[in-house]
Amino acid sequence: MPIIEAKNLSKVFGKNKKQALKLLDKGLTKEEILKETGSTVGVNRASFSVEAGEIFVIMGLSGSGKSTLVRLLNRLIEPTEGNIFIDGEDLSKMDKNSLRQIRREKLSMVFQQFALFPHRTILKNAEYGLEIQNAPKEEREERAKKALELVGLGDYIHQKPSQLSGGMQQRVGLARALANDPKVLLMDEAFSALDPLIRKEMQDELIDLQSTMKKTIIFITHDLDEALRLGDRIALMKDGVIVQIGTPEEILVNPANDYVEKFVEDVDISKILTAQHIMKRPETVNIEKHGPRVALERMREEGISSILVIDSKRNLKGYVTAEDASEARKNEIKDLTEIVRTDIPKVNRDTAMQDIFNIIYDSTTPVAVMKDEKLEGIIVRGAVIAALASDSEVNLNAE
Amino acid sequence: MLNNALDFIPEIPLSDAAKGVTDFITDKFSFLFNPIKEHFGNFMEFMSEDVLMNIPPVIFIIAVAILAFFISGKKFGLAVFSIVGLWLIYNQGHWDNLMNTVTLVLLASILSVIIGVPIGILMSKSKAANAILTPVLDFMQTMPAFVYLIPAVAFFGIGMVPGVFASLIFATPPTVRFTNLGIRQVSRDLVEAADAFGSTGAQKLFKVELPMAKATIMAGINQTVMLALSMVVIASMIGAPGLGREVLSSLQRAQVGPGFVAGIGIVILAIIIDRITQNMNKKKD
Repeated sequence: MPIIEAKNLSKVFGKNKKQALKLLDKGLTKEEILKETGSTVGVNRASFSVEAGEIFVIMGLSGSGKSTLVRLLNRLIEPTEGNIFIDGEDLSKMDKNSLRQIRREKLSMVFQQFALFPHRTILKNAEYGLEIQNAPKEEREERAKKALELVGLGDYIHQKPSQLSGGMQQRVGLARALANDPKVLLMDEAFSALDPLIRKEMQDELIDLQSTMKKTIIFITHDLDEALRLGDRIALMKDGVIVQIGTPEEILVNPANDYVEKFVEDVDISKILTAQHIMKRPETVNIEKHGPRVALERMREEGISSILVIDSKRNLKGYVTAEDASEARKNEIKDLTEIVRTDIPKVNRDTAMQDIFNIIYDSTTPVAVMKDEKLEGIIVRGAVIAALASDSEVNLNAE
Repeated sequence: MLNNALDFIPEIPLSDAAKGVTDFITDKFSFLFNPIKEHFGNFMEFMSEDVLMNIPPVIFIIAVAILAFFISGKKFGLAVFSIVGLWLIYNQGHWDNLMNTVTLVLLASILSVIIGVPIGILMSKSKAANAILTPVLDFMQTMPAFVYLIPAVAFFGIGMVPGVFASLIFATPPTVRFTNLGIRQVSRDLVEAADAFGSTGAQKLFKVELPMAKATIMAGINQTVMLALSMVVIASMIGAPGLGREVLSSLQRAQVGPGFVAGIGIVILAIIIDRITQNMNKKKD
């Protein structure tokens, strides 16, 4: 069951809400409805569901309705129409008290401009969510401290927010949201106010945190690079409508329409593609079964000058060169262990292509692509260049 | 024809109406006004004559100086001014008058704050309250302060109590306005954050909005205290004792000297109170 689900969520700002919704049904655009009714459509029939542990990114340019959409999810803005289900409960029909309870226990929010309380210390800020639930003082201090340590601010607990840099302030914002131990984190352009270096650092940290915490995160951003880095899935918004939902690769490779295509055409492909997308099936010999003769034969067949050596469990042992193999054959050596070389560079299947550039540039051999110590493929120089030149030859459906 | 174009109806009996309302209130609420007049009057008399006037002036002056010293961030300026200023008032034989004035100003200010802050909060939360009360506040502030003396006398007779009542009406609006403004000015982000974490209305108010609005509210309270002080001369017209009465009687007898001396006393008191309340504000920033 999805942990959070939006069904036909709409928000119309202005007076003639009913009329505007009717016109939406007729398929009129946002501008036409504004002209006709004087009402602004913020979000138009947004539907999606987010599974537990997922990072779901909602992306769009400013004015696309993404910040409104995230506020509909915890009803900071009341939906005009539609439903929000959290753990199967319909949030949109709840009374004030139940809604407050959900906000306290299940949904926490991180804000673009941090929204820290300037009159409270860092610790008191992180405690806020627990304080209003009347948690005992010791417990809330302990949990707040733990959250602050998690984001690396354990030493700053008695400072005031204004004494901290932007990046640190947003860590406090994150700690404040985490201290409640919510199921879902709503992050509204959480890193957009930070400078690029700090932003990247925070993104990495969020990914690290996520790998241990397994929260469900709904992340709003206008930055495609950020969306692609963080998102397990991405929803693209335009004029209040979700135009496409998919994994980063799906969105890059199969843009749903011109708008998405325009959005993604400037993306640096080398940041998106990983080793698994450009690797080839490796030619191998088995160290336990084969000798130099077989190795030489395979190399001749494939027209290559070296071949990878594995054992029966596909553990990579190294590689042998054609030169070494023919030398060994002359000397009547039967076993590959004597001539196997181990200085082969390895990368993980998730390594980004931009990080592979340097490795492959320095290497005389192809690069081995590993998954949990097992050999999965190889990357030759030509494949990297081909991938950059045109994405059509890249196997993006690799899994 | 044009000469009587505006005489389409006879004069509206506005003044009779005002009198009628006042008489009505005096009559119907005397059960309320009389005990207030009596008990509150006794209390004020007790405050000024039995408490403040029994404190030896030298102790009072030192206490004010110490308060001034610490509240201005351990600077000597205001403390020294307080010592010299208050001594001068003592030296001129106006100590008892000063104590009466202090009582009047303090009580009027405290009541203004007690009444004004909640009304300000109400206005910040309710559009309807805001729409109704804003013109009322305008009326209270622009109506010449002397006019309040008339119903004040009708309700409470003469003396300190009607003085406080008139001061209250005149001095409360800034506290109300600044409280309203201060809460409305709290950043939307912070209010949103408080809501997003599931605060109740009261939690939001006391943990976020009021602390954030404190500086603005304090500025309003400072204004209120100053207005209350400015009422002391006017209130003396209905028998409120203190420095104001000295100014008034000097005016009536055209005595420049005593008028100046009592006036200086008010100025000194005003400066001390103003600087102290302003510094209370700054210290918290």
